[in-house]
Amino acid sequence: MNPYRRSPLIIASTILVFFFLYAPIIVLILFSFNASRISPLFTGIITKFGPYKLVNENVLQSPCGPFHWFCDLTKNTEVLSAARNTLIVAFTATIISTVVGTMAALALQRYNFRLRTFSQISLYIPIVIPEVVMGITILVMFSQLFTYLNTSLHLAGDSQLSLGLWTVILAHISFMIPFVTLVVQARLQGLDKSYEEAAMDLGANEWTTFRRVTFPMILPGVLAGALLAFTLSIDDFVITFFTNGPGSATLPIYVFGLLRRVITPQLNALSTVWILIVLIAVSLTQRFESRQK
Amino acid sequence: MLKRLRENKSAQGTLLIVPTLIFMIGMLIIPLLLTLVVSFGQRSADGGVIYTFSLNNYIRLLGFTTDCPSGVKTCFTSLYMEILWRSLVLGFNTTALDILLAFPLAYFIARARPKWRDTLMFLVLVPMWTNFVIRVYAWMMILRDQGVINSLLGWLAGLIHVPFKPLDMLYTPGAVLVGMVYEFLPFMILPIYTSLEKIDNSLYEAAADLGASPFRTFLRVTLPLSMPGVVAGTILVFVPVMGTFIVSDLLGGSQVILIGNLIENQFLSARDPAFGSAVSLVLMALTIIVTYFYTRKFGFGGEIVA
Repeated sequence: MNPYRRSPLIIASTILVFFFLYAPIIVLILFSFNASRISPLFTGIITKFGPYKLVNENVLQSPCGPFHWFCDLTKNTEVLSAARNTLIVAFTATIISTVVGTMAALALQRYNFRLRTFSQISLYIPIVIPEVVMGITILVMFSQLFTYLNTSLHLAGDSQLSLGLWTVILAHISFMIPFVTLVVQARLQGLDKSYEEAAMDLGANEWTTFRRVTFPMILPGVLAGALLAFTLSIDDFVITFFTNGPGSATLPIYVFGLLRRVITPQLNALSTVWILIVLIAVSLTQRFESRQK
Repeated sequence: MLKRLRENKSAQGTLLIVPTLIFMIGMLIIPLLLTLVVSFGQRSADGGVIYTFSLNNYIRLLGFTTDCPSGVKTCFTSLYMEILWRSLVLGFNTTALDILLAFPLAYFIARARPKWRDTLMFLVLVPMWTNFVIRVYAWMMILRDQGVINSLLGWLAGLIHVPFKPLDMLYTPGAVLVGMVYEFLPFMILPIYTSLEKIDNSLYEAAADLGASPFRTFLRVTLPLSMPGVVAGTILVFVPVMGTFIVSDLLGGSQVILIGNLIENQFLSARDPAFGSAVSLVLMALTIIVTYFYTRKFGFGGEIVA
């Protein structure tokens, strides 16, 4: 019997589900090449290169040819500033949460201390409660804190405390730490303690043991944790939504704001770029993982 | 001092955990407690909070209100109960449909030749990591009045010379259901795939050797062994669906109000953080209760989540 033989029913439903998964993505990409500026119908791609020419809301020719909306995107200062915010938040929050989360994983896996159970439980909370609840509780804390400090310190105008990039970064760090800890802890669990014990027996102190033995062995776990944290940060909508202030919108927040007002092919161009980045990132991660095996 | 630290393992552990505890206490536990305190408070005239101790917000969520027609002191509105119920039903429907769609796909990938598995998983991961908001936008393009489906139908109707009136699809409960099912499908595929992939081929061979039909093999071997994946997937889908508000905002318009929208509105437009806090805590309690009883009945798919 061929173990790879499957019933036609399974094959047919697999194809249907893949179609369901990819139809929206294909639509997004297709419309980023649409010639029409406003039409929800696909009116054909822009074929001619040349100075920008618009007839009946149809782009006839553009210096970028079919990539007109992509060029247009790079001139949109709001998008650029949102992209910059997204990267600032992601890099800062990833570095801090990776360091803090790795320390926590080491503590929980290698040491015994009084607050151990409490720490482990508190790390599970952000994973099990709905994201919207976490966003709301952080918003409630910041707004109550700001109201209190602004009135008691008589702050006014620009010196008033308010939501901004720094509140987004703090919130991101807090929801990313548990994920980093979880990934690094899993790696530490699979690690034979005898290497560390041998290093100690041979006279290495704790720091040297960590630097020369433990850290190189958990490095793949730390990198995987950092990658997960970075992805979660770039992708996050809900927590950023409740913690961002004027001028600190990230890309998902910007897109959401736009969707409530107006829809342009620029948005499709942005989506296409995003999908392309995901495509590259996922294939790199997969290659990295299969090398680890 | 440094020497004492070097010898004291417990102090080292504490030192390593302190930064995490600062974040967890400062950004998680204190906010949760503060939200609890605020939920007992009242809305102030400028949209702030007056600290009192009353259960008014919770009573209001149950449907009892003092804002009644003249002559009556308290009356009942089913508005909030309907929102809670609608969210629960949507959560169950989304989860059920996702199990139905994810199972054959996960089974197909798990039983594919090893060299194909990575490629097929790649195809699942790409939509999963494409931004949530962007994927909602794709469905707006597909479902709106002059969207992809309506233009295709219009074109078909033109071919056979039938008059065509665009279907109303966007801003309906159906659109919200489709959006939710789409958004969370990968979170059902992954855990089910993980549990199916672990099933040893020899089990299928044994079942076949002992004369079991493919259907019976599925019922007695595949299904029971995939349960941890289904349980983990259910939690990964049900919990976020209950709190999501963008899908209903963008695909449901004002037609479909869920708990997430109710919370969002209290903070952004209605400016009643006290009531919003109460609703958030009720949502948290609901998801924890459902998850707790569900995992107690079916076991926890912990090995899959981690």
